[in-house]
Amino acid sequence: MTEEIIIAGFGGQGVLSMGKILAYSGIMQDQEVSWMPSYGPEMRGGTANVTVIVSDERISSPILRTYDTAIILNQQSMDKFEHEVKPGGVLLYDPNGITHHPTRKDINIYKVEGAKKAAEMGNSKIFNMIVLGAYLKIKPIVKHENVLKGLKKSLPERHHKLIPLNEDAINLGMKSVEVVQKV
Amino acid sequence: MGELKLMKGNEALAEAIIRAGTDGYFGYPITPQSEVLEYLMAAKPWETTGMVVLQAESEVASINMLYGGGGTGKKVVTSSSSPGISLMQEGLSYIAGAEIPILIVNVVRGGPGLGDIQPAQSDYFQSTKGGGHGDYRLIVLAPSSVQEMADFVPVAYDLAFKYRNPAMILSDGAIGQMMEKVEFFEPIPRLSDEEVKKRYAWATNGKPKNGERRILTSLDLDPQKMEDHNHHIQEKYRRIEENEVRFEALQCDDAEYVLVAYGTSSRVSLKAIKLLREKGIKAGLLRPITLWPFPTKKIQELVKQGVKGFLSVEMSAGQMVEDVRLAVNGKVKVEHFGRLGGMIHSPEEVVEALEQKIIGG
Repeated sequence: MTEEIIIAGFGGQGVLSMGKILAYSGIMQDQEVSWMPSYGPEMRGGTANVTVIVSDERISSPILRTYDTAIILNQQSMDKFEHEVKPGGVLLYDPNGITHHPTRKDINIYKVEGAKKAAEMGNSKIFNMIVLGAYLKIKPIVKHENVLKGLKKSLPERHHKLIPLNEDAINLGMKSVEVVQKV
Repeated sequence: MGELKLMKGNEALAEAIIRAGTDGYFGYPITPQSEVLEYLMAAKPWETTGMVVLQAESEVASINMLYGGGGTGKKVVTSSSSPGISLMQEGLSYIAGAEIPILIVNVVRGGPGLGDIQPAQSDYFQSTKGGGHGDYRLIVLAPSSVQEMADFVPVAYDLAFKYRNPAMILSDGAIGQMMEKVEFFEPIPRLSDEEVKKRYAWATNGKPKNGERRILTSLDLDPQKMEDHNHHIQEKYRRIEENEVRFEALQCDDAEYVLVAYGTSSRVSLKAIKLLREKGIKAGLLRPITLWPFPTKKIQELVKQGVKGFLSVEMSAGQMVEDVRLAVNGKVKVEHFGRLGGMIHSPEEVVEALEQKIIGG
């Protein structure tokens, strides 16, 4: 099994930390992982993205041109990455702020109202965990227990009291994901 | 088995520097390697191992602190990125001339000049052909993963002290910034002052009891003596070339075509050979781990074995390809495929380049 994922959105949405939790979850079940961020001046208030690979084998290139899954959280990223999903792959997006919805016919498309649900829960910071939950519902590549272990590893100890809240957000994301198109 | 951690290459390097029994780190921040100094400052090794961590006023100061620290037989290291490493070249030449073991880490970014902060491999010439003035070499190790960013620290120190020569870890912005899992080696204790005195008879750490003066210098105004000294270090370099070549050959046994790549571009090339094999093309990957000494003999063996062509895949305008060409010596085709200024190849581009430049060309 090799899953090649791009997570893309605005800086501050928790794109990089979501990737980190996913990568740590992979380690918790003895898989190979890589986490390659876009870094540079474009991150300041602009777009942020991270390529995460989880695999049973040694990971070759951490930098890719096509992806099994794209998790897209703003319009700029939709414009850039919709066309980089492999045919038959998965595109998951949050429709909040999206004006041009995906148009490809050869990929599986899902959406999750992450921003809206996070606002309803009264905590915008758990937005990325809702999206992560939605992704794990579509592609359960890591076991639930390993995601929790991954969360523990990624969060500094002083934030461990927030783990139940994050767990709730993941569960909410799992429940909230909607199918837009299946191929 | 130790605990597996998810870390950036730069952080893994910094942790390995502490664990390797380093006595002193001297550096000046620059992207994309600033996490090294940040990690060391947060880890406060001066409270545990007694290691010194110092932010110098400039890269020129850092490298000369290494000259001084290394001269006393202590394990000292600096890290920087391309423009900072350029500033250190004068000091490096002096250190190589005075035969002082030190470790220097370059997390390469796009150039020339200030360039940008994205990953590049355009400092290959500077690293492997000398870099400063005079006839000298650095021992250059090129990690291609976060694990190797950690593992190569003690290896580089061992080589530096074995040959009394500066060693370099030549990484790039992608390896520095990406996170992968890493398992650390057991900590190596720092040497005591007494142990240093016993082990290194050349070190300038106080007048020895027999009263004999020890001098570490790169200066000798007598040209005959200077020629003798040059012959001595050249003889040392021949021993290094004979004994210290390291590489990884992947799927080369039956290969008709071989990609030669190190660091980040070797990772991209590993994916490319998978794609090529799916298309029925017998491709292999030769990954030099030491860039100097270069795996010349291995390339010559591959030529004898029947490899029809080599493609040097680099994030540069074509630097390592010259060493591949020297090794192949015109016997088969050698071409270069590069991305420049901080851009990275996609595996698909590498496949196309091999097909167009070598197979179809």
